[in-house]
Amino acid sequence: MSSSQPDIPAPLTNLKFQYTKIFINNEWHDSVSGKKFPVFNPATEEKLCEVEEGDKEDVNKAVAAARQAFQLGSPWRTMDASERGRLLYKLADLVERDRLILATMESMNGGKLFSNAYLMDLGGCLKTLRYCAGWADKIQGRTIPSDGNFFTYTRHEPVGVCGQILPWNFPLLMFLWKIAPALSCGNTVVVKPAEQTPLSALHVATLIKEAGFPPGVVNIVPGYGPTAGAAISSHMDIDKVAFTGSTEVGKLIKEAAGKSNLKRVTLELGGKSPFIVFADADLETALEVTHQALFYHQGQCCVAASRLFVEESIYDEFVRRSVERAKKYVLGNPLTPGVSQGPQIDKEQYEKILDLIESGKKEGAKLECGGGPWGNKGYFIQPTVFSNVSDEMRIAKEEIFGPVQQIMKFKSLDDVIKRANNTTYGLSAGIFTKDLDKAITVSAALQSGTVWVNCYSVVSPQCPFGGFKMSGNGREMGEYGFHEYTEVKTVTVKISQKNS
Amino acid sequence: MATTNGAVENGQPDRKPPALPRPIRNLEVKFTKALSFQKLDGHIPRARDALSSGFHTGVWGECALTCPAGARLLCFDPIRCRLACFLGNVIKMVSTSSFPERASFPIFINNEWHESKSGKKFATYNPSTLEKICEVEEGDKPDVDKAVEAAQAAFQRGSPWRRLDALSRGRLLHQLADLVERDRAVLATLETMDSGKPFLHAFFIDLEGCIKTLRYFAGWADKIQGRTIPTDDNVVCFTRHEPVGVCGAITPWNFPLLMLVWKLAPALCCGNTVVVKPAEQTPLTALYLGSLIKEVGFPPGVVNIVPGFGPTAGAAISSHPQISKIAFTGSTEVGKLVKEASSQSNLKRVTLELGGKNPCIVCADADLDLAVECAHQGVFFNQGQCCTAASRVFVEEQVYADFVRRSVEYAKKRPVGDPFDVRTEQGPQIDQKQFNKILDLIDSGKEEGAKLECGGSAMEDRGLFIKPTVFSEVTDTMRIAREEIFGPVQPILKFKSIEEVIKRANSLEYGLTAAVFTKNLDKALKLASALEAGTVWINCYNALYAQAPFGGFKMSGNGRELGEYALTEYTEVKTVTIKLDDKNP
Repeated sequence: MSSSQPDIPAPLTNLKFQYTKIFINNEWHDSVSGKKFPVFNPATEEKLCEVEEGDKEDVNKAVAAARQAFQLGSPWRTMDASERGRLLYKLADLVERDRLILATMESMNGGKLFSNAYLMDLGGCLKTLRYCAGWADKIQGRTIPSDGNFFTYTRHEPVGVCGQILPWNFPLLMFLWKIAPALSCGNTVVVKPAEQTPLSALHVATLIKEAGFPPGVVNIVPGYGPTAGAAISSHMDIDKVAFTGSTEVGKLIKEAAGKSNLKRVTLELGGKSPFIVFADADLETALEVTHQALFYHQGQCCVAASRLFVEESIYDEFVRRSVERAKKYVLGNPLTPGVSQGPQIDKEQYEKILDLIESGKKEGAKLECGGGPWGNKGYFIQPTVFSNVSDEMRIAKEEIFGPVQQIMKFKSLDDVIKRANNTTYGLSAGIFTKDLDKAITVSAALQSGTVWVNCYSVVSPQCPFGGFKMSGNGREMGEYGFHEYTEVKTVTVKISQKNS
Repeated sequence: MATTNGAVENGQPDRKPPALPRPIRNLEVKFTKALSFQKLDGHIPRARDALSSGFHTGVWGECALTCPAGARLLCFDPIRCRLACFLGNVIKMVSTSSFPERASFPIFINNEWHESKSGKKFATYNPSTLEKICEVEEGDKPDVDKAVEAAQAAFQRGSPWRRLDALSRGRLLHQLADLVERDRAVLATLETMDSGKPFLHAFFIDLEGCIKTLRYFAGWADKIQGRTIPTDDNVVCFTRHEPVGVCGAITPWNFPLLMLVWKLAPALCCGNTVVVKPAEQTPLTALYLGSLIKEVGFPPGVVNIVPGFGPTAGAAISSHPQISKIAFTGSTEVGKLVKEASSQSNLKRVTLELGGKNPCIVCADADLDLAVECAHQGVFFNQGQCCTAASRVFVEEQVYADFVRRSVEYAKKRPVGDPFDVRTEQGPQIDQKQFNKILDLIDSGKEEGAKLECGGSAMEDRGLFIKPTVFSEVTDTMRIAREEIFGPVQPILKFKSIEEVIKRANSLEYGLTAAVFTKNLDKALKLASALEAGTVWINCYNALYAQAPFGGFKMSGNGRELGEYALTEYTEVKTVTIKLDDKNP
């Protein structure tokens, strides 16, 4: 039994965007350059507000503050670990208090269905904060039976100043996935939210101050990737950078880390995740789960199951019913009740998706439904299903990040494992079968950081998440996620005589 | 940085301790049940008036609550009654049942209050005044059976408790911590009344420990991880860490609430259900906690509290065939009975935290100021009634005379008196039996030739108070150097070499804690590894943390409480092995 879900209230109608500046040292700052950038509502293409545009100078200021807060003897460094946990717990309570504001903001700025924002994103945020709060005083070193007359122990120390660069698809949740483990381990952070969706992180900045985090522990510099983002990844005084976004940009970040100071890097990147449905699966459930696995949040998930492999004997029926399901969508403003699909995030993404849809048509996939834009305002795309997709088509190889489902046919287990693994990505995968042996064998064979069996997108803070191959480096969340935010120090002391 | 921070007070973590609390004066402890409340919008200006007018006019029906002017009334269940009394809300209380007035505290089973099956009650006393506080329903075997049934039902597969997400279990424990924090002054007052410990100690040490322990284990709930194991052959092997089942807990009177929380928090964190027997001397805070457990929303039957005596209720728990695990804190003598009963019944898992005769070793190179003070607090804290008491202080001969002189000065200055007085460091012993035992041991010390430096007798005309006592020239064969005293008595011994003191320190059957005072790194590490004790403190004493395991070597106990280690005591490991079909790749 999960803790009961709250009732969904109506979104706020008079939301003001009052936090639009750079957050450094628990204070608001204008950008050094004086520049601002506009932030839009992707459902209406209207400008919501302008935000101070951070660049290298602002990042430098933020890093200096974060470094200061990380000095030996600082309030943050001398704080009890349990107290760090307490602060994170308080932050969770404050996020819960402002849940409606944040969900409305996330929906307006991110084009996200309000009900999803309220239940899934904000629910995930609260769990993430509370989970990480609990770890703070449980990050334990070890004492080690080294050879000789020595006494050896390890200390798991915070890495230092961590740069964190966020995506626009789950703006607040990814913000907390980054800062909560970092702070739980005792690091300080400089965060760059995505330029499309900086507002919810900036609102939470005020809550961070209200909770009582010392100045400089969390710093937020809104801005663009090539400027503020690049400044973080190549900064000489940042000890670690964590990035969630495209594989293309992930490569730039790791390169910048290598060229600058070899900062530690964790990356959560793209995917072209396979979902394998065997003929023995519970068809009803498989249809709905594979559908949600792709269409959730307009297809803008790194885990989107955008290669659906269906066993030959059930292929035709599966396609027919998947199309029926995809046609049920109501497109519109994500704040409006009854709407089940919102807009894509921006024009660039919108055009990229339409281009990929065109390529699918040209390369000979069968367009079952959708296949074009919708409405005359906002970045809406019709829910699209392709059948008869083959492995070399662009829609079967490239990450689409849109509401476009590719259904492929397979004959044998060996064959589908090979095809599923035949990609540079390895983020997640799904399997539908009632056969115990098949489930275990295939989940072991897939090259993927996460495998979901008879379910999909089950992401919870207790479980590590991350990619094989070019889908990423390292893991976020779970106990594993905490390894990325600590340095291990081995202390060896000469003693006169050892005893077991 | 060009900026200055204008909001330091907001931006700095709150490291200030809570404001100096005041005990609740005239706390009248009564149990009432089946009251309901209505808010009156301003008709009666204060709750106190509501209470007294109710008393005079008979609005209470059969729930006649006495409330002398100015006094605070402590009522249990329903919760809002407590709020009415302590927060001064404008609330009218209306009796809705014919439940008679009673001054006895009931048994807590299934989130409900019950009378004892036998109809018997026992009195609990205030050891500083020897006055009766109230009566408590006396639980015995039939009541324990009822409690175990409730705990078993709550642990059934498919029950709300078993199906609860681990994260949500943690959340409940966190919320319980919040309520304990809210009612901290009430609980500390109650603890002081019932146990005689100084109120400020109860407030700052016992209650702080409770809150931190609850929060610590709240965090573990969803971090108790099994493993997948690379076994040989074509199989998949994984472990599940499952709750053990119904856990019995028998708690002592020296830290009544804290020791209960040490057991309850890890047990609940791992998903067990619990039947608790608090010590008969000090059952009140545990029962109060029962009302908070209900308020927080733990499902019925998850926690059940049966006050009563060891040989009856305690024995019923330790020999109960449906209890899967028992945790006991108390004397080594009773610990042996508990383990024996467990073996004779169903081989239930046993963890024991028992007595100690803890060596505190002061080397000549130590910071003597620190050592004298730590050793003093180490033995006298809580009237000497600590299993960790530093009751064998070994001092290196070069500094022996100086150490004794300064320890005596400390002991003579120790303020003994009313535990509600903020200046008081030492209250009364818990009861007549303990008091007599301590005085007998003091006499044995005098007879066996130890040198009485100060104290050595009861406070004149003052109930259960004993003067802080220091013995020097104590030798290893004297009773005061071998037996647990559990009183304000400090025996100081002399040693010459490290090898010698290691042997002497380890010579007893106990092995709970040990302390070392030295500035020498090698000596510190050598003693830390050589001493046979579950905990070694170096240049500190009683440094207990929710994060660090605690328990005894040898006859000081079995198993560990606190820390990650405690979780292993409250979980069963299940190894699941699945054979794979060789035909698949």
